[in-house]
Amino acid sequence: MAKRIDVSGLNAYYGSFRAIEDISMTIEPRSVTAFIGPSGCGKSTFLRTLNRMHEVTSGGRVEGKVMLDDEDLYGAGVDPVAVRREVGMVFQRPNPFPTMSIFDNVAAGLKLNGNYKKSELSDIVEKSLKGANLWDEVKDRLNKPGSGLSGGQQQRLCIARAIAIEPNVLLMDEPCSALDPISTLAIEDLIGQLKERFTIVIVTHNMQQAARVSDRTAFFNLAAVGQPGKLIEIDETERIFSNPSVQATEDYISGRFG
Amino acid sequence: MSNATLSGKRPSSLRGATLPKWFPWAVAAGSIALGLGISAAAGLDSSIQWALIAALLFVLGSYGIAARVEGPRQAKDRVATSLVWVAFILAVAPLASLIYETIKRGVKVLDGYFLSHSMGIIADSEPGGGIYHAILGTLEQVGLATLISVPIGVLTAIYLVEYGRGKLAKAVTFFVDVMTGIPSIVAGLFILSLWIITLGMGYSGFAGSMALTILMLPVVVRSTEEMLKLVPNELREASLALGVPKWRTILKVVLPTAIGGITTGVMLAVARIAGETAPVLLLVWVTPLINSNPFKDPQASLPVYIYLQYANSGGQGPGYDRAWAAALVLIAFIMILNLAARGIARWKAPKTGR
Repeated sequence: MAKRIDVSGLNAYYGSFRAIEDISMTIEPRSVTAFIGPSGCGKSTFLRTLNRMHEVTSGGRVEGKVMLDDEDLYGAGVDPVAVRREVGMVFQRPNPFPTMSIFDNVAAGLKLNGNYKKSELSDIVEKSLKGANLWDEVKDRLNKPGSGLSGGQQQRLCIARAIAIEPNVLLMDEPCSALDPISTLAIEDLIGQLKERFTIVIVTHNMQQAARVSDRTAFFNLAAVGQPGKLIEIDETERIFSNPSVQATEDYISGRFG
Repeated sequence: MSNATLSGKRPSSLRGATLPKWFPWAVAAGSIALGLGISAAAGLDSSIQWALIAALLFVLGSYGIAARVEGPRQAKDRVATSLVWVAFILAVAPLASLIYETIKRGVKVLDGYFLSHSMGIIADSEPGGGIYHAILGTLEQVGLATLISVPIGVLTAIYLVEYGRGKLAKAVTFFVDVMTGIPSIVAGLFILSLWIITLGMGYSGFAGSMALTILMLPVVVRSTEEMLKLVPNELREASLALGVPKWRTILKVVLPTAIGGITTGVMLAVARIAGETAPVLLLVWVTPLINSNPFKDPQASLPVYIYLQYANSGGQGPGYDRAWAAALVLIAFIMILNLAARGIARWKAPKTGR
C-alpha cells in the first residue's frame, strides 16, 4: 500500500521563475514527513510536484526525478491523472463539492472516474468516513450537502474523500491552518492513525504541530525574496527540534531569523 | 446617579439631532404637492413637468432640511439616498406604465380563441382571428436558435475559461465582443445575402433562426464565461487531485456548480431574441396561415405579427386590438421564461444549510 518517495535533483518553475532548486530527499513509507519553513520557500510547490498538481498552474514546469517506489512520476508516457490516483491530496482550505451531498462528496473520486460497483460504494463511503473519524457525526445526514458541515468537519470530509480512492501517499497542504484547536487536534489524531496505512506528507507553519505529528521533518528556506527555495535539511523530527545540524534550522525553530 | 438621567441632562456627543423616520415620505408628499401647485400656477399641463419639478424639490428639500437639523454629513447622505430613489422611480415609471397600457389594451381580445386560432381566412380589418400561427412560429424560431447557440456558446465559454491560452483565445474573445455589437438588421442582411440570395434557399423559420443565433451566441458565451469564472479554482484542484481527468472535472464539477447562472444567462439571451423583428421580417417573411415546419416556407412570428397588425390598422379597430393582445402575450412569454430561469437557478444553486 504505502510507497516510498525518492526525489532527486528536482527543480520547479513558474514560467521562467525557478521556485525550488535542486531538491533531493527520501520520504519513508508508513510515516509522517513534515515540511516546515518560511512562507514563499516552496514547501507547497514542492508538495504539489509530488502528485503532478504543480503543472496544473499556468506556466508550471518541473525538472528532475520523483520515484514512487520504482516508477518515475515524470517519466515519459506517465499519465498525470493516474499519478493523482496514487498520490492523494488535502488542501489548505476545506473544499467539498458544493453541488454534492456528504455521501457523494466521499464517493466523488470513484463516481467521477466511473470505475466502481454500486454495491461496494456505500461500504467504501462508510469505511472512508470512519477512517476520517467523521462517520458518527454525519451517518444520519449523508444526503445533506457537504457545505453545511463545520470547517473542521469539512476538512475531515475532504480527507475521507481523498482516502476513499485508496491512494498510496497522502499529501496535506497546511490542513489545519483554517481550523480551531479542537478540530486541529481531531485531524492530528487522524494523521496518527492514517500513517499506518499511508505515506503522509504534511506542510505546516505550526512548529508544535510538526513536532507532534511527524516522524521526520524537512526544513526549507530561501536566500532572499525572488530566489528559489531550497531544502536545508531533513532528519528525524526529534533531531531537527533538539539538535539540528544546520544553524539556519535552529534559528528558524527557535525564532531567531531575519 | 444613573446613566439614563445623565444622558437626559446633557446632550450626548454620540447622538445628534435625528429627523424622524417618516421624514423622506413627508418631503416626497410635500414636493409632489408643491410640484403640482407650481405647474398649475404656471399653466404647465404635462405630467412630466410637474414630476420633474417634484423630483428636484424632493432632492433640494431633503438636503435643506437635513442640513439645518442634522448637519452637513447627514444631509449629503440624504441627498445620495434621495437621488437613488429619484433615479429608481424614473427608471421604473416607464416600465410600469408600459405594462399597465399593454394589459389594459391587450386583454380586450385576449382569450382562448385568440390563442388557438390563426389569421387564415380573416382579413386584417375584420374582427376575430388569433395568434396561434405566430406563437408557433416564434417558439420554433427561438427554439431552433437556442438549440444551435447554446451548445456552441457554452462550449466556446468552456474553451475560453478552461483551456484557452494565448492568441486564439484572445481572438475568440475579441470576435465575441464584436458580435455583441452587431445590429439585428445587419445579422438579418448577412443571412439574407448568404442563405437566400447566394444559396437560393427560400424564406423559412430556419433562416430566421440563423440570424437570431448570431444575436444570441455572444450573449450566451459572455454570460457562461462569467459564470464559469465564478467557480472557485479550489474545486477544480480538488477534483483533479482525486485523479479525475480534466474533461470529467469540467463536466461533473465545474458545470454543475455554475449551471444555475448559465441557465439564467441563456434565458436572458432567449428573451433578447424573442422580440427581434427586423431579421425575422427579412428572412422568415409572414403568413396568415399555420406553418408548423420551420424549414420550409414563410412562418409567422409574434413581433412581425404585432408590427403588421398595427401598421395595417391605422391606429384603431380589430387589428389594433390584436396587436396589443399579441404584445401582451409576447411580454408574458418573456416574463414566464425569466421566472423559469430564476426558479431553475434557485433549484440548481449550490446548496448550503444543514
